[in-house]
Amino acid sequence: MIINHPLLGPRDSAEFVYLGTADLMNRPDPDTATPEDWHDYAYLRDNPAGTHRELWFHDGGDRSILIVTRDTITHEISAVELALKTRAEA
Amino acid sequence: MTPKNRLDGGQIDRNTTLSFSFDGKQYTGHPGDTLASALLANNVRLMGRSFKYHRPRGPMTAGSEEPNAIVELRSGARQEPNTRATTAELFDGLAARSQNRWPSLKFDVMSINDRFSNFLTAGFYYKTFMWPAAFWEKLYEPIIRKAAGLGSLSMQADPDDYDKGFRHCDLLIVGAGPAGLSAALTAGRSGRQVIVADEDFRMGGRLNAETFEVADMAGADWAAQAVAELSAMPNVRLMPRTTVIGAFDHGIYGAVERISDHLPTPPTGKPRQILWRIYSGQTLLCAGATERPIAFNNNDRPGIMLAASVRAYVNRWAATPAQRVAIFTNNDDGHRTARDLHAKGVKVAAVIDTRADAPGAIDYEVLSGAQVVDTKGRLGVTFVELKLADGNSRTIECGALGVSGGWNPNVHLTCHQRGRPQWNGALAAFVPGGTLPPGMIVAGAANGAFSTHGALKSGADAARKALGLEGRAPELPQAEDAPVTQTPFWYVEGCSRAWLDQQNDVTVKDVKLSHQEGFRSVEHLKRYTTLGMATDQGKTSNMGGLAIMAELAGKAIPEVGTTVFRPPYTPTAIGVLAGRMRGTEFHPTRLTPSHYWAQERGAVFVEVGNWLRAQWFPLPGETHWRQSVDREVMATRASVGVCDCTTLGKIDVQGVDAAAFLNKLYCNGFAKLAVGKTRYGLMLREDGIAMDDGTAARLAEDHFVVTTTTANAGKVYQHMEFVRQCLMPDADVQLISTTEAWAQFAVAGPNSRRLLQKIVDPDVDISNDAFPFMACGNITVCGGLRARLFRISFSGELAFEIAVPARYGDALMRRLMAEGEEFDVTPYGTEALSVMRIEKGHAAGNELNGTTTALNLGMGRMVSRSKDSIGSKLSERPGLNEDDALMQVGLRPVSRDDKITAGGILMRADGPVDAAHSQGYVTSAAFSPTLGSMIGLGFLKDGGVRTGETLRLVSPLTDLTVEVEVEVVSPHFVDPEGERLRA
Amino acid sequence: MRYSGLKVIKEALTGHKGWTPAWRDPEPQPRYDIVIIGGGGHGLATAHYLASVYGEHRVAVIEKGWIGGGNVGRNTTIIRSNYLLDGNEPFYEFSLKLWEGLEQDLNYNAMVSQRGVMNLIHSDAQRDAFIRRGNAMILNGADAEYLDLGQVKKEYPFLNFDDARFPIKGGLAQRRGGTVRHDAVAWGYARAADSRGVDIIQNCEVTGFRIKDGKCLGVETSKGFIGAGRVGCAVAGNSSRLMAKAGMRLPIESHVLQAFVTEGLKPVLPGVITFGAGHFYVSQSDKGGLVFGGDIDGYNSYAQRGNLPVVEDVCESGMAIMPMIGRARLLRMWGGIMDMSMDGSPIIDRTHIEGLYFNGGWCYGGFKATPASGYAFAHMLARDEPHHTAAAYRFDRFRTGHMIDEKGMGNQPNLH
Repeated sequence: MIINHPLLGPRDSAEFVYLGTADLMNRPDPDTATPEDWHDYAYLRDNPAGTHRELWFHDGGDRSILIVTRDTITHEISAVELALKTRAEA
Repeated sequence: MTPKNRLDGGQIDRNTTLSFSFDGKQYTGHPGDTLASALLANNVRLMGRSFKYHRPRGPMTAGSEEPNAIVELRSGARQEPNTRATTAELFDGLAARSQNRWPSLKFDVMSINDRFSNFLTAGFYYKTFMWPAAFWEKLYEPIIRKAAGLGSLSMQADPDDYDKGFRHCDLLIVGAGPAGLSAALTAGRSGRQVIVADEDFRMGGRLNAETFEVADMAGADWAAQAVAELSAMPNVRLMPRTTVIGAFDHGIYGAVERISDHLPTPPTGKPRQILWRIYSGQTLLCAGATERPIAFNNNDRPGIMLAASVRAYVNRWAATPAQRVAIFTNNDDGHRTARDLHAKGVKVAAVIDTRADAPGAIDYEVLSGAQVVDTKGRLGVTFVELKLADGNSRTIECGALGVSGGWNPNVHLTCHQRGRPQWNGALAAFVPGGTLPPGMIVAGAANGAFSTHGALKSGADAARKALGLEGRAPELPQAEDAPVTQTPFWYVEGCSRAWLDQQNDVTVKDVKLSHQEGFRSVEHLKRYTTLGMATDQGKTSNMGGLAIMAELAGKAIPEVGTTVFRPPYTPTAIGVLAGRMRGTEFHPTRLTPSHYWAQERGAVFVEVGNWLRAQWFPLPGETHWRQSVDREVMATRASVGVCDCTTLGKIDVQGVDAAAFLNKLYCNGFAKLAVGKTRYGLMLREDGIAMDDGTAARLAEDHFVVTTTTANAGKVYQHMEFVRQCLMPDADVQLISTTEAWAQFAVAGPNSRRLLQKIVDPDVDISNDAFPFMACGNITVCGGLRARLFRISFSGELAFEIAVPARYGDALMRRLMAEGEEFDVTPYGTEALSVMRIEKGHAAGNELNGTTTALNLGMGRMVSRSKDSIGSKLSERPGLNEDDALMQVGLRPVSRDDKITAGGILMRADGPVDAAHSQGYVTSAAFSPTLGSMIGLGFLKDGGVRTGETLRLVSPLTDLTVEVEVEVVSPHFVDPEGERLRA
Repeated sequence: MRYSGLKVIKEALTGHKGWTPAWRDPEPQPRYDIVIIGGGGHGLATAHYLASVYGEHRVAVIEKGWIGGGNVGRNTTIIRSNYLLDGNEPFYEFSLKLWEGLEQDLNYNAMVSQRGVMNLIHSDAQRDAFIRRGNAMILNGADAEYLDLGQVKKEYPFLNFDDARFPIKGGLAQRRGGTVRHDAVAWGYARAADSRGVDIIQNCEVTGFRIKDGKCLGVETSKGFIGAGRVGCAVAGNSSRLMAKAGMRLPIESHVLQAFVTEGLKPVLPGVITFGAGHFYVSQSDKGGLVFGGDIDGYNSYAQRGNLPVVEDVCESGMAIMPMIGRARLLRMWGGIMDMSMDGSPIIDRTHIEGLYFNGGWCYGGFKATPASGYAFAHMLARDEPHHTAAAYRFDRFRTGHMIDEKGMGNQPNLH
């Protein structure tokens, strides 16, 4: 696969380490979250057959973590963003 | 002397004669020949035996779809099983052997199976060999296994090299027949970057095998001219002998280039093959088509071939399979073979055409509405039996039979992602369909354009479309444009021992049985009968099986299913997929800064992940590793030892929020750590399990250096980046791994300070008051060299770790050795390091095994409840905090000579020994020279309150009979109060 | 119809006219006591044990395509019970015992071949871990054998002992492990279940569950509504897709695992070998092909195909450990979709919906588990309580902190 890095252009996916769903960015608020919230965050996954937002760490590159929107059936990638930038702007 | 079946003409170089052998017998051929063409020219039709029935077989095709002419090539370590004689290029000295026969190809004892074929039908083994139960493994299976396989491996390491490479292009053209060449000319002339790959050693595809004219010259000449023009274009890369094996995601194609397979051995410095990863913008699939056979009784005898393959042998290779050849066809294409044979002076025995309205011929007999119903000939066809249009029988003598059942487009690569070929009724064939790999266009015969003109035109059009070329379409060379109609004719009525999959011996009868027993979908059919599972991947067999199943089921062919092909397009050597990553090059080897120094000292090295570390440093006279290791431990504890610990992960953490960041990462507090101080930290995963431990040293208000274990350096860094970028995006913190940037040495032992005092610069005060336990700082050594000093201890002794820029590591080690002579400084390796950490009760990889919690490690109270850190919440789950939770303990044998086995299981002093009564297990064990016995660390249920208890240690795996009595003790065997390290 | 040597001979002599379909192809009835979704190995095994052990005969297996088309038809055929943890080992050992009696139980020869499974050891830490594992196996009643370097050399002389990057230091062998003809497992269970009255309904896709007041009443399918007293789901690979129709999110991700087979070769490998310093496992089939595999591709996927980097990675490992296979040719490669669970271990449990039961999360381990999974799931469906060997495979273990994490990788499914 090829991931079009927002800063570095198209890179082979072999340069990256896959970290899992982008939902991992939504860590529960430690002050208010219930044990159930923590369980759901750590253990439950939508695991969609279709569009999936997921994290790829550019281990063999600039060490950015990218949010890649990819179809899990066709493997087509429709969007790539920097996780950090996305968070900071949100 | 010209071999018997060698004709005039052809694309072989008659000026050079090559000698080669098959089954030990010598023959000659010419450059341009394949092994199969040269053998046919020498009147050899018998080249192999089938898998199950050991039926005699000759080539059926002239290409990579070959099921029968499969041989072992070369000898010694280069022995290459299952090589298709039809694609193996002839070279001088080539030695080939037939396979799957004993004692000889002509007389094969196992052909007895053929007599018992009634018993050996599809799936017979699922129904039998069950009685008595024990006989399957003891008797039946060994017999079946012995018969397995075709060719043999050499059992020696492959001596050849394989390379890998990457190529990029705007347009990848797969196949250099008329469509591919036409596309390449169009694309090449546009100036775009083009790669043309073709599996053949001579580009041109069917143009080389036909007598058609293109642009008023022989098709082969036009192809050669096109290739010449293309090779002059700097933007076009021609890759003959290159098979595109697979279409992978996002326009990435795998291709194997055979660099040296046509030579006796690879030239010096050259690989045998190269795996190319081709990154293409657009791809044109111009893979042509494969002729399909017709099933009739005994249609597998040597000499029975596909008609267009006969034509290829005659035209391209000037070799005829026999002096008298008959043709069996259901379409006009078969007649072309007859014409070409006749033109070359080969006797055409007859053309048997299933159609009542077959075109006539003057030079030979055409039998319209006739069918071949059976054949004769033990080791090769001698007669064919016909059923004529009027119902009468007739026998025709011939040494070869060309069979033409129409053509199947080569849709393979279109299926590698989501494509599912669709049925084209007019062609009676599957054509590309469904969702093709993005960026792929199919042209020429692969897309059902079977005429030469059709191929030239669709190739040029597709290239223009793929590249978005504007302007007038280029003029195409003049070429035949005969209409192609294909009527389905799959098998001769009433046949049963009629082969569909020749290599795996799947006959029409087997398909009928499969249907009868309910294995009716294409997937069940293939799996039950093994149809299409042979080395030819069903290229000539799947379609026939599918058609017969459809007929039996009373369904249309596409209702039964389609045959979807998977990579690789043709079988691919494992060696080329591995490339250079084998032997010592399997993984990169990381050397420590003191590696060469350690080598000079005669160190024994050990693999630690990708690192190579000194394991111990034997001295003259030491004959057992324990002598060296015990000495290193004792010398360190008595005076001073030095160990290269560069491999520990080192991560630089900088920024205003660095402390807050570490406070989130470690389960214990870091916010208030003073500058110039180091703290031990335990990192949890979010699920509350211990991930790694290490130290964080605060060199400045906004600057920390974090260490990790060697094994987890990469994982911890990745985790820290995740926390930084995904969970704390607003924090002002930057990370960088500096593992390779700093050489770091542990200097341990009571004399460590005195040794270091000799190398630190005079203004650096490392006295206990100025630089107490857990102090850290930037200093200079050896006259101005910047360094970092940490007063931390893994060994439990007064100890430091000193880091200098990596390029000074070797020099620093030598300096420490020289300056340390007066203290008898001792270098120590990973074994002594491990012994000392076990003696001190420090957890390491064996304890941090991914299932242990802070509580298990005896550090439950370290998990701060006054702050949020990664993993703190989920570490509170009840299952991780049970009353009898495993706790780390120390273990000593009650009888001091007894052995403690790491991986052993702890049992109560009495009671049953089984899994249900397990009390825990031993994680690490070592002989402690300090204590004079073996010691161990382990996890014990409720271990915190069981000190003094005697347990039994069992390890039935390593010794079934021995139970060792061990006493539960504090894991801190040496200096439990920590007085030494604070000294 | 009972298969026997005599029957085979009789049919051979009389033109094979007497063979009948191995299983019927019925249309669904309006209601069954138990409906199993998924005609793979686990679903069919469940049906067989429900009928043969638990006396349930009004049972249907619903399959969206053809039976045996999922992971039971696309794996590396290995069976073994060499697990470490108490939650796993008794279950897999139970499975191995069922494999050992499978042919007689099913009257179908699935070619269970106990050729042995050997894990190579390449470091001291690995040795310690394997010794612990071997001890756990033996204490759980399984067999395990420690091989020192000399024994490994003697039994597997063709491995790389000369210039290995990670030298072989020994091995952990399980002699009772081995391989099975994988397709025949599905067919054998299907035939046996069918013979006891189980309806196997192919080309019938479940489109939804009919759930009323927290109780599952049956399934909506492409062939209409099928009522059921209890519904069991066994569709590993697609578990999340199916259970989403019941409104559930699972502790599972779907990942693709590639597998490979070479051209047929004369026998070279005595048993199953797994490489401990890379991800590679290999055996040789009854037809002579080297069947091998490695790691999952590592990203969520429902596509039954992988990509080149993992193909290369697997072949590198193969060449590293067995440099003689360089000239063997890879014939076919394919991908199967794994239910990768959050701790690498499966789930066989009730759901919060009454009458709806789940079996999935098998990660790499699904094939070898087939008999025990079917048995335990049948037990769960028939008795509404877990089978004693599968009692740890609960949904709530993540809530309570009782993970069964053999590899110690935590809640990252692609690392298990």
